[in-house]
Amino acid sequence: MASGHDDAARDEGQKVRLNDVVPHRHPGRWVAVALLAVVVAQVAHGIIVNPNFHWDVFWQYLFAPTVMAGVGWTLMLTVIAMLVAIVCAVILVLMRDSENPILRTVSWLWIWFFRGTPLYTQLLFWGLFAVLFPRLSISVPFGPEIIGVPTDWVVTAGVAAILGLGLCESAYLAEIFRAGFRAIDRGQTEAAQAIGMSKGRIWWRILLPQALRTIIPPTGNETIGMLKGTALVLAVPFTLDLMFATNAISNRIYLPVPMLMVAAFWYLAITSVMMIGQYYLERHFGRGQDYVPTRHA
Amino acid sequence: MSRHATPDRAAAVLLEGVHKFFGNYHALRGIDLTIAKGEVCVVIGPSGSGKSTLLRCINQIEQISAGRVRIGGTLQGYDERNGRLHELSPRAIDRQRRLTGMVFQRFNLFPHMTALGNVIEGPVQVKRIPKAEARRIGRDQLARVGLTDLEDRYPNQLSGGQQQRVAIARALAMEPEVMLFDEPTSALDPELVGEVLDVIKDLAASGMTMILVTHEIGFAREVGDRMVFMDHGTIVEEGQPKQMLAAPKSTRTQAFLSKVL
Repeated sequence: MASGHDDAARDEGQKVRLNDVVPHRHPGRWVAVALLAVVVAQVAHGIIVNPNFHWDVFWQYLFAPTVMAGVGWTLMLTVIAMLVAIVCAVILVLMRDSENPILRTVSWLWIWFFRGTPLYTQLLFWGLFAVLFPRLSISVPFGPEIIGVPTDWVVTAGVAAILGLGLCESAYLAEIFRAGFRAIDRGQTEAAQAIGMSKGRIWWRILLPQALRTIIPPTGNETIGMLKGTALVLAVPFTLDLMFATNAISNRIYLPVPMLMVAAFWYLAITSVMMIGQYYLERHFGRGQDYVPTRHA
Repeated sequence: MSRHATPDRAAAVLLEGVHKFFGNYHALRGIDLTIAKGEVCVVIGPSGSGKSTLLRCINQIEQISAGRVRIGGTLQGYDERNGRLHELSPRAIDRQRRLTGMVFQRFNLFPHMTALGNVIEGPVQVKRIPKAEARRIGRDQLARVGLTDLEDRYPNQLSGGQQQRVAIARALAMEPEVMLFDEPTSALDPELVGEVLDVIKDLAASGMTMILVTHEIGFAREVGDRMVFMDHGTIVEEGQPKQMLAAPKSTRTQAFLSKVL
């Protein structure tokens, strides 16, 4: 039964009585919700009251100074390594699409190498870099040195970790970026050329903003992968990150599980914050296509 | 031949023996064409006859393989010194492209910019006009194509006809000497064709030099000062549209017209 004026839509003064519909019921959903609620309650109970999880230890160390420092270092490694990777990847993409065959080949070889060897191996290598090449110098080939410094002044553990993570990641990002640029219709470049825009300006104003729309979701993936990838920097060895910090504590107190929970909590917390950032980035670069402001009259 | 061009006006566009190869494919086979200032030249012909390639060679989206293209008397793409052609720098070519405005079959609006953003992109980024001034120019151009109230819409909030009119405004905002239209209504729903053709008609009446590739034969007859029929990369026949459509001389033109009329 229509219950009065609420069910009427107005269009140019004409009153339209909308259909009074009994919605289709979904009893299966309620059964599923009930079943899931039971399972969730069981699991939650099993974890929360379980003495093996040592929740008192978890709370005791959750904000411990070395843990907090570890969070800071992990974040810093992630951000700087990701920046290194993005800059390298942009250069790699430009090289890959350039008309110069040498640049194209170098880009291809870079991606082939850094994507084709394990990250752990690369981090070990960067850790040994100072041993393999004790001095960094500019010199005449096979002749005297012009200027140089001991390698361990430059390639510290932190730098080695960032180079290892960043260069490896750049190879993956380069492929993601390339896909993003290739997805753009050629007509965009032609239209921009037709109004006299230069190659650089077309890239910056027309192609990059459109490519970012498709590049951001997989890059968000990669950033989260990188966050957790920092746990591997003990290969260098870099000993200040979150995983190393929580491991060190658990080795001392012989309670690995609560410390793993501490580490997991912080990784999850950082990931959550990053996902919020990604949402806003996607909204910005999806404007006009995925996120269209509501029509006005 | 230029017998239809009014001789006392300078040639706006001049093509001399233009050839274009794509690999082994010979897309343009020696095109000679003179278009006077203010003249509207309509180009018809079957698909694959080289009509679009012709336009793309004029505004240097494609590099010609042989011949010369001149706009307002200036050789395009090259500098001729001591009988040799020297390729111009990309910057110089970008500058030459501002002489021509191009309207594409599939609009090619920038999807991440509003209608006004699309129109002022050239004036702001290429001509370096201050933004406030460019917005004024942009609004004028949008008004000229009848889209005053839609400047804040993104392309995918506009109909095909509206998008194409924005594209025309975008080209006009650069104040080109010559406007090139590459089948501007072919991607439109039938009921939207008229609004775009009206804008083009107004533009023709304003004295703009135009080259228009189209399948709208009726419109071509109405708006064209001259008609060119292309087939297999050559100009088969050219003349006054009404005469040419009424009494085509070439059998190939006759065959084509019998299919489209």
